[in-house]
Amino acid sequence: MDTSERHTMAVLVDNEVGVLARVIGLFSGRGYNIESLTVAEVDRENGVSRISIVTSGTPQIIEQIKAQLDRLVPVHRITDLTVEGPSVERELALVKVRGSGDKRVEALRIADIFRANAIDSTSKSFVFEISGATDKIDAFVELMKPLGLVEISRTGVVAIARGAKGI
Amino acid sequence: MAKRKLSGSDIIIQCLLDAGVDTVFGYPGGAVLPIYDAIFKQNRLKHVLVRQEGGAVHMAEGYARSTGKLGVVLVTSGPGATNAVTGLTDALMDSIPVLCMTGQVPTHLIGNDAFQEADTTGITRPCTKHNYLVKDVNDLARVMNEAMYVAKAGRPGPVVVDLPKDVLIEEAAYEPIKITQAKHKTYRPRIKGDKALIREAVELIAKAKKPLFYCGGGVINSGTRAHKLLTEFVRMTGDPITLTLMGLGAYPANDRQFLGMVGMHGTYESNLAMHDCDVMVNIGARFDDRVTGLLSEFSPGSKKIHVDIDPSSINKNVVVDVPIVGDCASVLADMIAVWKEIKAKRDPKAQKAWWTQIEKWRKRDCLRYVPSKKLIKPQYALERLYELTKGTDTYITTEVGQHQMWAAQFYRFDEPNRWMTSGGLGTMGYGFPAAIGVQVAHPKATVIDVAGEASFLMNIQEMSTAVQYRLPVKVFILNNQYMGMVRQWQELLYGGRYSESYTASLPDFVKLAESYGAAGLRATKPDDVDGVIKEMLSNDRFTICDIAVDQEENCFPMIPSGAPHNEMILGPEDEKERETSVEGMVLV
Repeated sequence: MDTSERHTMAVLVDNEVGVLARVIGLFSGRGYNIESLTVAEVDRENGVSRISIVTSGTPQIIEQIKAQLDRLVPVHRITDLTVEGPSVERELALVKVRGSGDKRVEALRIADIFRANAIDSTSKSFVFEISGATDKIDAFVELMKPLGLVEISRTGVVAIARGAKGI
Repeated sequence: MAKRKLSGSDIIIQCLLDAGVDTVFGYPGGAVLPIYDAIFKQNRLKHVLVRQEGGAVHMAEGYARSTGKLGVVLVTSGPGATNAVTGLTDALMDSIPVLCMTGQVPTHLIGNDAFQEADTTGITRPCTKHNYLVKDVNDLARVMNEAMYVAKAGRPGPVVVDLPKDVLIEEAAYEPIKITQAKHKTYRPRIKGDKALIREAVELIAKAKKPLFYCGGGVINSGTRAHKLLTEFVRMTGDPITLTLMGLGAYPANDRQFLGMVGMHGTYESNLAMHDCDVMVNIGARFDDRVTGLLSEFSPGSKKIHVDIDPSSINKNVVVDVPIVGDCASVLADMIAVWKEIKAKRDPKAQKAWWTQIEKWRKRDCLRYVPSKKLIKPQYALERLYELTKGTDTYITTEVGQHQMWAAQFYRFDEPNRWMTSGGLGTMGYGFPAAIGVQVAHPKATVIDVAGEASFLMNIQEMSTAVQYRLPVKVFILNNQYMGMVRQWQELLYGGRYSESYTASLPDFVKLAESYGAAGLRATKPDDVDGVIKEMLSNDRFTICDIAVDQEENCFPMIPSGAPHNEMILGPEDEKERETSVEGMVLV
């Protein structure tokens, strides 16, 4: 059996009612995985949104996912950033940590190492803003756990190809 | 000159007329009253009143499949739309172009659980090719035209346009528009196949020792040109061809090169040729599980070429060697050109050996059955139906089950668009309304729904429609008083425990027909069959034939679920010692 691979895809769609439901319904209806999905309008003038999807599957399933997405009527383009040359991926997370004394100091010190910004602080808590690759955020969250981690809000992955060329 | 201002309802009628639509199958209700009023005030668009919305979609499917045109449906909001869902799913699975307009509560009430409100676009999203909710009358003409384009372009399918009542009443300027491949901003399916791949495919075919064409509904959807080109190409090569259930008629069934249908109830020679071929040329079929049998042992030694207009059909179930995305007619024309250009010739020795092998399989005479003087064998009834209608202007629809498979095996189609059956979804109750739709499109033709009694009961309400429009549809019921295919599986796999598969309390179909002012005929012994068929054919009224067939007859040959092609059961004598694997039991 072929092994499962993780792929990041960028899908340009017409920003019409129900387009996200269409994409998500395709994944659930056909039993594909969604590890992360983000969507936002990227071209207001032409009403185009960009959906970034991280999914996993065998090479045959990955090809199916692309073909199935491509035949949705409002889809303009689909690019598999994992196979089409090098790309960069980023995620943003807001991480709330509660604590006092040494733990509070330690949280600030680690945030500094990870270049996370404190965007809210009270005498008992911080909210850190951190961006980077998924594993960097995972590592930061792990380190915050013993220091009083309260909650996390993550955007999911956004990605773009390196170099001058657009998709 | 200022553009004309029309109400939403009038815009809809105008868009349909401008697109050449002549018939709508529908059922009125509160949300669509404005459209029905607009229909009342004109006489160019014909409306066929159905008795349940599910029937409307199947009628539109029958209309579309027998003409190659778009089928059009109009239903009201809420229950009107939800009743249409089965038909929409059926059209999606079988790639039939259908436009279904659904009423909707006025825009300001959407989301308030208003009377007869349903989230129609939400419900139909997974069972349509695409759907639209029109919230502004100024978008209406564009959406209508886009919907008709999407339904027909590429791999066809059903499209829903959800129409809030206020949009039907408000006015907007109207001028005719036509959306085409070039004009649509995102949906532009690929028609022309890749040249290099086509060349590679033809070279592969030319070198084959044991080639087999395996073709399906895509050839029929592509149009009569594809049927002609396929026939031309297959005859040029002299190779064998098999067709799927959806593809029957894509190649003349009476031609020597045709091996019969492939798949679970296909012929022995087709399935064995699929298993043993060295080059498989799939044109417009989709490696459905009913065709492939056990995937891991599917045609193990062959190189596979796959031509399909839908890229997602390629490498979905079976990984192929030469994938060609494109329209069947276009690709076939290119294939023929390359075949001529490279002056391809078959090695006569290899070809003879392959045909000798095929003839050996053919000699098994896999469709044989034990004739009876007392009981009407369903196969006999269909053989007689074919003999007495062949060469005439006849269309056949079916319901779903044993009778459907027997019809596919015994009725021989030499032309496309003559055979309408629910292949993908397997919808019982499809055939009768589909036959009505076919008859509306072809008033002079003979249209026969080969039915089982259980399936016919599922959309029996449409008798009233057939009678109202004086449609001389024939319903040919192979009545075994069982859900025959369910009973067959229970016999083969569940120790003969016939759980709920007996059709009790059947009506007297002859009296039922008469109560509608239609004709009812009955055959109870083999000698009756010819007389009943002849009387049915000479009748210019809606006619039900109740053919009392052998209740115990099973449909063979059969590839049991979970088995590969070369483990086919040919008849009752084969089935005794078999044990079905757990894996096979899971499959349907």
